[in-house]
Order: sequence, then structure tokens, then C-alpha cells
Amino acid sequence: MRGIISAAGYVPYRRLSRSSVAAFLGTGGGKGTRSVASHDEDTTTMGVEAARAALRAVPAAAPAAVWLATTAPAYLDKTNATAVHAALRLPSEVSALDLGGALRSGMGALMTAMTGSGTVLVVLSDQRDGLPGGPDESFGGDGAAAVVVGDDGPGAPVVAEFLGSASATDEFLDRWRAPGERRSRTWEERFGETRYLPLGREAWGRALKNAGVEPAGVTSVVVTGMHGRATKALASKLGLAPGVLADDLTATVGQTGAAHPGLVLCAVLERSHPGEVIALVHLADGADAVVLRVTDAHARLVPHRRVDDQVAAGAEVPYGRFLSWRQMLTPEPPRRPEPARVSASAAGRSEDWKFAFVGSRDHASGAVHLPPARVSMEGGAVDDMDPLPMADAHGTVVTFTVDRLAYSPSPPIVFAVVDFDGGGRFPVELTDVDVDSLAIGDRVEMTFRRLFTADGIHDYFWKARPVRDPASTPATGADAPVT
Amino acid sequence: MSSHGISDRVAIVGMGCTPFGELWDKGLDDLIVDASTEAFASAGVTKDDVDAYWLGTAQSGMSGITLARPLQLEGKPVSRVENYCTTGSEALRAAAYAVASGAYDMAMAVGAEKVKDSGYQGLNAVNPPNDGTGRTLTAAAMFSMVAPAYAQKYGVDADQLTDVLATISAKNHYNGARNPRAQFRREVSKETICASPRVAGSLGVFDCAGVADGAAAAVLVRAEDALRYTDTPLYIKALGFSTGSGSGLIDPGYDYTHFPECEMAAADAYAQAGITDPRRQLAFAEVHDCFTPTELVLMEDLGFAERGTAWKEVLAGTFALDGELPVNPDGGLKSFGHPVGASGLRMFFECWLQLRGEATPERQITTDRTLALTHNLGGYPGEMVSFVSVVGTERG
Repeated sequence: MRGIISAAGYVPYRRLSRSSVAAFLGTGGGKGTRSVASHDEDTTTMGVEAARAALRAVPAAAPAAVWLATTAPAYLDKTNATAVHAALRLPSEVSALDLGGALRSGMGALMTAMTGSGTVLVVLSDQRDGLPGGPDESFGGDGAAAVVVGDDGPGAPVVAEFLGSASATDEFLDRWRAPGERRSRTWEERFGETRYLPLGREAWGRALKNAGVEPAGVTSVVVTGMHGRATKALASKLGLAPGVLADDLTATVGQTGAAHPGLVLCAVLERSHPGEVIALVHLADGADAVVLRVTDAHARLVPHRRVDDQVAAGAEVPYGRFLSWRQMLTPEPPRRPEPARVSASAAGRSEDWKFAFVGSRDHASGAVHLPPARVSMEGGAVDDMDPLPMADAHGTVVTFTVDRLAYSPSPPIVFAVVDFDGGGRFPVELTDVDVDSLAIGDRVEMTFRRLFTADGIHDYFWKARPVRDPASTPATGADAPVT
Repeated sequence: MSSHGISDRVAIVGMGCTPFGELWDKGLDDLIVDASTEAFASAGVTKDDVDAYWLGTAQSGMSGITLARPLQLEGKPVSRVENYCTTGSEALRAAAYAVASGAYDMAMAVGAEKVKDSGYQGLNAVNPPNDGTGRTLTAAAMFSMVAPAYAQKYGVDADQLTDVLATISAKNHYNGARNPRAQFRREVSKETICASPRVAGSLGVFDCAGVADGAAAAVLVRAEDALRYTDTPLYIKALGFSTGSGSGLIDPGYDYTHFPECEMAAADAYAQAGITDPRRQLAFAEVHDCFTPTELVLMEDLGFAERGTAWKEVLAGTFALDGELPVNPDGGLKSFGHPVGASGLRMFFECWLQLRGEATPERQITTDRTLALTHNLGGYPGEMVSFVSVVGTERG
């Protein structure tokens, strides 16, 4: 049996209220909200967040490959999946590939993994832009999903069995973007709709046939795609019983591009029960469909944070700040020198620290060193430490400050001294935080972020953010067994 | 620990110090020439009489040539030293040890910094190429974490603490207003201080040291030779120095209410100088008031007040110009300004003036005590270098 071993979605904390667009511009916007990646997030960091959550649920799963699909890669030429690979501390024999450019690449990566072999960590991550006031800006969204696909095995059972899939492909111009452009362009909506509808029905029909499932046997259907009219029209023409069509998160998250089929699939999977059949149809330059059956192992699917919970937990970002985060508006920068670019060789030497937040613990004293050190601060032993992964450790704010003078892409910097459960202290920048509600004693967890960019080099490192569901305290960091 | 000191073996026989401030018309070379020329004249010597030179500058130049070129020193041993904000004190340490060792008869320490050519407010550290995981916080933000930690530990409420810190700032402005070389020469009310824009945490503009250009210099000789140059030399009684391991930043035991490096440097210096009761033995102290909470905590680290009581002593006026132990009679970093490499030597300059009765009359301290202390620190809470010296007018 092959299928999904684990899956987790990531929805960034910030939300843009669509009504705030018209309040600012006098036009545009709409109802509901869209998700917004913070100024320190990109498709790589969001992918890491989703992948961490997906792998955390199945420690026994050992992916042979990481695929990162996005239309908004942090780098071109350079592979972005290697940063995900590094953040997850995957062994070097695990390959890391980017599948990018087109909106279809996310769904394509999922299908290819399901019809292929071996264990693959499929990461779908996207950040959708549009010009101010336009529909892409309001109805786009940012987010990521990570799906571990593989064969049923001990310790890592399949939670959703892959039953079948199908594709229907056609060359036509509906949505396009020239390399380097921030905005997409679209042809008249009606044209795309007339093309997508037959393609969608074709893929749907053949996928069900390949899966050996009758239409009435499908308990949950997800239809996604950037063409809103076509996805709605297709869904209405599939003859689904009431309640079968799943919410595609347009109202709350927006369309997260290449990530969207994965994100909605995660949400649906989390709500499902053993025996239920899920069909996922994605419209992008054709149609792709996948049919899955939820297995008895579904109870093992314990995401760190459910997609529905993340959707509900967001906090608003003002439209002006959103525009500045997207480089659509240039506010006055802090009057401080911008940071210098990161040294490639220095970053290479500290890969585990920088990308995976791995400190060290002294054997004799147990003292935790962040960053890792060779000489212990207690006892002075030399080269007698074990690596100590701290990325999943939770901590408590000992004290904090707000720096209104330091350089930041989005000032001011909120900074805290954090004591981790089980030992270790690190003074660290906070993110996704509303400083007025921050207090000494607050609980925080670590998150992989992009600190700044200089000379085209992104500085990836870790920040802390408030724990939004205090009940989930993993036994990690210095509390966990040494690895 | 074997720290023997060089008490009474070296004397300062001449000093110079430029006015500190935003000196748009003075370059680093001008500052160096001005301070050095004044120091040579003060000691009655020429540049050729000096056998060896140390220049302290944190980031205004590299190598001894930064000093040798403007002074046109030919073939002398000239070194540049750097040790964060203790750079000026570091230059004096090197010169003092060189003389004490017998290697040279006369040495000179010069501290100089041209800060205001960067185009940015505040101090901006230039870091070597790195992996991008280091902190990018300002010093103000790091030191701002001391205030709430102190308040919480000793049960001082927020308004009281604000008043304490404003008292420190107002005192240093009061003193600086009486110092013709200070950057800020006006008194500032506590109301103005409290209403100033926030920089980091609860700290406002008036809680921060002035950022200034400037230079200071000292001529040092063996103590037994001192009277050849002046009737009133300053004898070096103690030079204490302590460098932390930086582990305070990652040690859960550190609580941000004290600076262990300063305590250690003070203990060493007091042992060298034979000081057992600094509050009653010192005529005054020059301390590193980079931010107001720093001066507050230093009053305890240096043994001027019991733990948890410095805030009350501040309010009681203990450290005011007419108090029991005046602190920063020249206005301190707050009011005199902080040209990084010069500050440590500027503190000695105030000792030079005060202990010899040469300060301007409106800030001259009248006392029969003959010892004074300088304290100079660099870095941040948890990651600090600290220097403490004691100088006196009488050779023991």
C-alpha cells in the first residue's frame, strides 16, 4: 500500500482583511481575509515550517528525497530545497530538488510522488502577489503544505492510501507571468473557464476509474486552482451530494498557488475519518486529480497544529504594512547601516546551527551552549560535547526589550532572553508577536526565518514566536534523548 | 590569582584632552595632534622624548601608523590597541606596563575616535564576515534589559525606577554644564529626560551617552622620575581588568542586575591599591555611564552601595557633585560624550584635573581624599570587558 504517511499545513500568522484594501485605495479588496507571510518569511521558510510539522509526527519516516514546489522561489539557479533539507537535518544521501515556476508544479509533485517509489517529502509552498487593488492581491494567499508520501511500513503507516490519479493537459493561455515580474496577467476569464471545465471533468472521471471508485463513493472533494470561476463551475457540475465539497479556504486564506492543493488536502485529511474517500482536483494548465482513501492508521496523523486552528489563530496586518512587506510601498528605512551579506564559507561551517538550530551540550556538566562551542562554559572541558537539536524546544521569556534604533526590514525589533525547558538560554529576536501583549514568563517556540537579504543572499536563521497552543509542549531540546 | 599590580611604580606627568562633540571641522588627525600636543606641553616634553606610543582607537584607524603619521613619529615603537569601549584604558595599561617593566623610560597613551563621519546616529560596530546568526541589537537595547530586571529583583516600582534613572541623567548633565570640554553643557530637567523619545525598552534619548568625536592623551614615566616633570604627578595605584567569557548571554543563571566583569575588575584594583572602603576612601569616581541603568548597577558592582540600595542612594544625592562620593563630576559619557577610544583616557583627565585642583571652580571637588577611581567597560550585559583604575597624588 502506498500513500500519505504524514501531512501538515502551514498558514502564516498574519491576515490581511480584504476590506482594508478599499479603505486605503478607495477601490479593490472584498470580503474575508487572506494569509500574509511576514516580512521574515518566504517560500523556503514556510516550507520548513510545514515540513517540520509533517516529519515530527512520524519520526520513523526516512525520506529519500525532498521536493520543493513553488512559483515564488527565494533563489533561482540555487536550489531552495537544500535549505529545507538543512533545516530538517536530513542526511546527505537524501536528494533535494526544486520543482518550480508553474502553478501546476505543486500538484504535479504530489502526484509524481504517489505514482512513484520510495519515501518522498513533498513540500508545496507559495507566496502570491498582485498589484495593489487587484484581485490577485486580495484573493491570493501565502502558505505551505508538506506531505510525506511512501509505502506502508512499521512506525510509519500510510494514513491515506493512494487509489488512483489522472491528468488532462492542454496548451492554452489563461494566466501567465514573465520571469522577474511580480504580477501575473490573465486572459478574459470566460475563455479559461470553457477550457478548464472539460479538462476537469476528464481528469475527475479517469481518476475515479483508475481508483475503482464510484462518484457516489467519494466522501470529500477538493477543487482548487487560481481560476476561481472555473473551480466553482467544475465543483457544481460534478454532481456532488451536499456536504461533500470541501471549503477551499478562499474566504480565509486565499489561493496559495502551487501550495493550495496540498494545504486544502491537509485541512480535509485532518477532518476525515477512516474509510472516507478524498478526491483532489487541481486546475492549472489542464487538470490533475488524485483519489485517496483514509486508512485505520488515520489516528496517527497528529499534526502539531491543525490547518483549521492556524486559520482561526491569525492576527491582522494593516494594509500599508502589508504593502511594504511586499515591496509595493517603500517606507522610510531605519537610519542605520544595512547589514553586510552573509559569508558563504562561514555559513557553511555552521550549517547545523544556522539552519537547524543545533547547539551543543557538555558531557560533564550538562551545560547547554547556543551556539555550539568547543570549550565548555562550565568545567572547561574541550571537545567533549554532543550536538543538541533545539529547534523543537519550547522556552520562557526571561526578559525582553524593544529596539527602536536597530536595523530591521520591519522595525522595531522585539528581542527576548529565552530560557529553554530542560536547559539552555538564548537571546533571540521574536516574530509574529504583538508587543503590547508580550510579558515576562510568556511561552515561546522556535521558527525558521529569513532575517534580511544583502547582495541577493538571504540570511536564514531562527527566531522565537509565542506558543499559540500552550498545551502542546513536545519533549524536545535538552529534555529529549541525546541524538 | 596572581595579579600583583604596579602600584606606585608609574606616574602620569602630563595629559591633554580635546573638547568632545560633533566636531564636523576636525578629522581624526586633528584630534590626535590637539590632544597629544596638549599632553606634551603639560609634561614639558617633546615627541622625541617619548620612547614608545600606544594608540587606542576602536574603529577610526588601523595600526600604529594611525598615530605615527599625524604626529610624524619616526621609527618609534607605536601600536594600535582595541578593546571595545575600554580601548582608551587599554592604551594606558599598555603604556603603564611598558614603563613599569623598565623597557622604556617614557611612554604615551593616546585615545582617539572620529565617530561622526559615518552619517548615522549612534555607534555602529563593523563586524567581520560571519554566518549571519549574531545579534544585531543596539547597545541601548541590550542595556535596557537591566532596568526591569533590577526593578523586579529589588521591588522598585516602575515610576520610582524612572525617577532614579532620570536623577542619574540630570546629575551628569548638571556636572557637564560645568565642564567647558563637555559635549552637552546644559542642565536638563528630570521632566525633559522622562519625556524624551524612547530608543530601546524604557530608555529614552537622555538615558544614553552622547555620541562624540574626541581625543585624550597621557604621558607616563617611572614614579621615581615623576617629579622631574611636574610637582603634582598622579601615581597609578591600580589597574584592574576583567574580560568575561561571554557565557552570561547563554547562562540561565545570569539575571541582568549586575556585571560580574566589573565586580572582578574592581576587586582586583582595590586589592592592588589597598582599598577596603571605596565609598569613604575615594575622592570621586569616573564610571562608564553608557546608559543610566549601567551607572545605577555600577554603584553596587564597584562597592559604593550595598546590593539593592543604589537606587535609594541615587535619590539621596550620594553621588551628586556635592554628595558623599561624587560620580562623574565631568559629566560622564552622558554629558561629556563618548568617543569610544578616547573615553578611558578622558576619565583619567578628570582625575588629573580634580586631584590637582585644576577643575573649573564650579565643579572642583573639595576634599582631603587623595584617591580617585576610573571605571571603563565595553560590550554588553553578559558579554563584557571591564577596567578599573585607582590613581592618587601621594606616592605610598
